[in-house]
Amino acid sequence: MSAVAIAASPLSGGASRFERNPATRDAGWVKALVLTVGLLFFLIFLLMPLIAVFLEAFRKGADVYFASLIEPDALSAIRLTLIAAAIAVPLNLVFGVSAAWAIAKFNFPGKQFLITLIDLPFSVSPVVAGLIYVLVFGLQGWFGEWLSAHDIKIIFAVPAIVLATVFVTFPFIARELIPLMQAQGRDEEEAAISLGASGLQTFWRVTIPNVKWALLYGVILTNARAMGEFGAVSVVSGHIRGETNTMPLHVEILYNEYQFAAAFAVASLLALLALVTLAVKTYVEWRLAHPTPRETVS
Amino acid sequence: MYVKETRVLPGFGLSLGYTLVYLSLIILIPISAVFIKTFEMTFEEFWSAVASERVVASYKLTFGASLLAAAINVVFGLLLAWGITRYTFPGRKIVDALIDLPFALPTAVAGISLTAIYAKNGWLGQYLEPLGIKIAFGPAGVLVALVFIGLPFVVRTIQPVLEDLDAEYEEAAASLGASRWQAVTRIVIPALLPPLLTGFALAFARAVGEYGSVIFIAGNIPMVSEITPLMIITKLEQYDYRGATAIASVMLVISFLLLLVVNGLQSWSSKRTGRTV
Repeated sequence: MSAVAIAASPLSGGASRFERNPATRDAGWVKALVLTVGLLFFLIFLLMPLIAVFLEAFRKGADVYFASLIEPDALSAIRLTLIAAAIAVPLNLVFGVSAAWAIAKFNFPGKQFLITLIDLPFSVSPVVAGLIYVLVFGLQGWFGEWLSAHDIKIIFAVPAIVLATVFVTFPFIARELIPLMQAQGRDEEEAAISLGASGLQTFWRVTIPNVKWALLYGVILTNARAMGEFGAVSVVSGHIRGETNTMPLHVEILYNEYQFAAAFAVASLLALLALVTLAVKTYVEWRLAHPTPRETVS
Repeated sequence: MYVKETRVLPGFGLSLGYTLVYLSLIILIPISAVFIKTFEMTFEEFWSAVASERVVASYKLTFGASLLAAAINVVFGLLLAWGITRYTFPGRKIVDALIDLPFALPTAVAGISLTAIYAKNGWLGQYLEPLGIKIAFGPAGVLVALVFIGLPFVVRTIQPVLEDLDAEYEEAAASLGASRWQAVTRIVIPALLPPLLTGFALAFARAVGEYGSVIFIAGNIPMVSEITPLMIITKLEQYDYRGATAIASVMLVISFLLLLVVNGLQSWSSKRTGRTV
């Protein structure tokens, strides 16, 4: 819900409502001081790293930039990243919608605990997230002997990369949907059912339209985190060039080989993805704060 | 809490069942592997892995730098949140949107970029190193990376509360003769205490487990600038799976505890401010 509140700030030009009210107005020097210190911090800690990615990427010119994006290892890393995201995002989408439906529309004991468990991957170190799959599927792990006897490779291969990606992006869609669907309640769905709609009709025609913007942001954020995951994937990947390297791992390898321009070139694609994600988030928050008349009615 | 009711809406069993099965398969069962494998060890084996000199040095750095980074973010995050919600200035919307950058930017990208800025010949490093301030490839680099990744957690927990804070309280304070400073320190800051603590805990929890953005800039010098997640990686690279698992179990227990603290703070915060953060 915080998203709604942030976007709802009525600061469209001129003084803010806090600045117009004498009781909440700060002295001019206070405003100047707060903004100078705050924005300087923003500039050094957030803006500079972002700009540095793009400038370093083009340091050796556009030729090197594009050459480092189309060389075979980079293309293979991009392909694997797309595959991992293409599997992880739909899996977590189905999970997120299903968890949000159960939690927001029904009462059951242990609900709060379930929400806490869904948040769990968020506070687990990505390195630990990778390690747990090594313990289950690795050669020393629970299924290690059986898997190697049947010649099935999970660790140091694509399946483990997908699993690790699913783990680290697990909560995002559920976290976007649960508070929104809880706030919306279940009156509309119950009305639809009592008017004779089937459960599926209610879900597609009432629930989904009501949450579509939050759902969109959840998917975009999950996608960005899936494509950018480093720690968890690093543990399970085995770093086989051209085979089990994702884009962030490819960035690491290039960087460690002192191919800085190439490393930053691949990194710039991921930074671009992050910017698109933030743009979508801003748009979604604006949509949630300014519903069209039809959306308000429905 | 639990009221027996007739359920009008369908799909409860299916959605909850699927949620629990998926949660168990992806999260709970794999995580339980860490604890089951840890309990297979002897205590001496466990202790020698989690309490060796080099690992203890990594705890000190990880927790020390995470605490310091969260504290820095509380101070500057409050200033930024205050500026964004209470003032108008050119570019305010862009600043607001970019606050979430560390959340969306892959950690490895942040890591190499921060290193490019703070290395000896880097953007800021070239001016800082002659002054004797060495940031990249040392503990200070770890701190910088953790400040970067923690900032949105603090700003985004303070911002909605600051936005919703009713002007009436400050008006009452002003009409009763309080100075602006008194109104802010006695009314606004106490109201912001729950979200400030929640933001601190979230930033701290995130920083403790952080890996990608730190390892590039840390230099990873044993006993000096190695973080705990790196110790797990190091053990794995030496095929010391049991050692890695033992350290992971310590980190998992800390994650659980932090999660409980954050949940407690959030429910306190929503009771105090009447909203769900």
